[in-house]
Amino acid sequence: MKVAVVRFPGSNCDADAWHAARDAGHAVEYVWHRSTALGGADVVVLPGGFAYGDYLRAGAIARFSPVMKAVEAHAKAGGLLLGICNGFQVLCEAGILPGALARNAGLSFVCRWVTVRVEATDTPFTARYRRGQELRVPVAHGEGRYVADDATLDRLEREGRVVFRYAGDNPNGALRDIAGITNEGRNVVGMMPHPERAAEALLGSADGAAMFALAAGA
Amino acid sequence: MRYRVGVRIMPRQGILDPQGQAVAHALASLGFDGVAAARVGRSIELAVDASGEADARAQAKRMCERLLANPVTEDFVVDAAEAEGVA
Repeated sequence: MKVAVVRFPGSNCDADAWHAARDAGHAVEYVWHRSTALGGADVVVLPGGFAYGDYLRAGAIARFSPVMKAVEAHAKAGGLLLGICNGFQVLCEAGILPGALARNAGLSFVCRWVTVRVEATDTPFTARYRRGQELRVPVAHGEGRYVADDATLDRLEREGRVVFRYAGDNPNGALRDIAGITNEGRNVVGMMPHPERAAEALLGSADGAAMFALAAGA
Repeated sequence: MRYRVGVRIMPRQGILDPQGQAVAHALASLGFDGVAAARVGRSIELAVDASGEADARAQAKRMCERLLANPVTEDFVVDAAEAEGVA
């Protein structure tokens, strides 16, 4: 598949995402945030980092980047879209995914390995996992506490749209231990942990690699 | 006319405000025993060209709704607009 990794000023996991996607056998291109087209990509990745310095709120300014119109159209047309960490924050700010990522409950930036449980395997990014499978992946964020109103949380649960949940150690106080969610069409996934930083044994875990394998025929 | 408009953006009541809690704890540890709670938000001052005060405030409100405040986690207040450069 053709994968586009969007680069904002301040992205810093773009090369990791590129590497993980390339290792999974995809043709990968970087797309600069000023671009208004995605080069015919089948899959778009919004990588981690601190786009626009996280000024105002994480993702708040990036979501108005020129490229985001194309990203929104891509998602609306059913195209695959993965937001990792800062990318997840951008997706929530853009309203492509519901809720918001607030400052960590413990106030400090958390940078450590966590265990997440796969709660939904019916997304193109998690189809290679087993429901209930636990993955060892790192988190690195200051604003990763997933919040939404109760109605939204209940709806996410009811529709099976919580994709990942922290297992045991919730690093940021996220409501209902939510680490990642999907949209109604299940073609968009946003998550705080970094699967691209756990995509080969050399990095300490290869548990994230399967996210980049993507579902056959998806 | 140019107006100076202040907007205050606060974490919504009921949403955990860890910064406010930390500030309240710090104040208590300094001996300010009377502090029951503190909340930390953000204040933004805008210089806005507008046809009048109501217009300046209306513009600021739209800015809050669109960018300055997060509708999921924050509430905002547009403070009084003042005309700039008028005696």
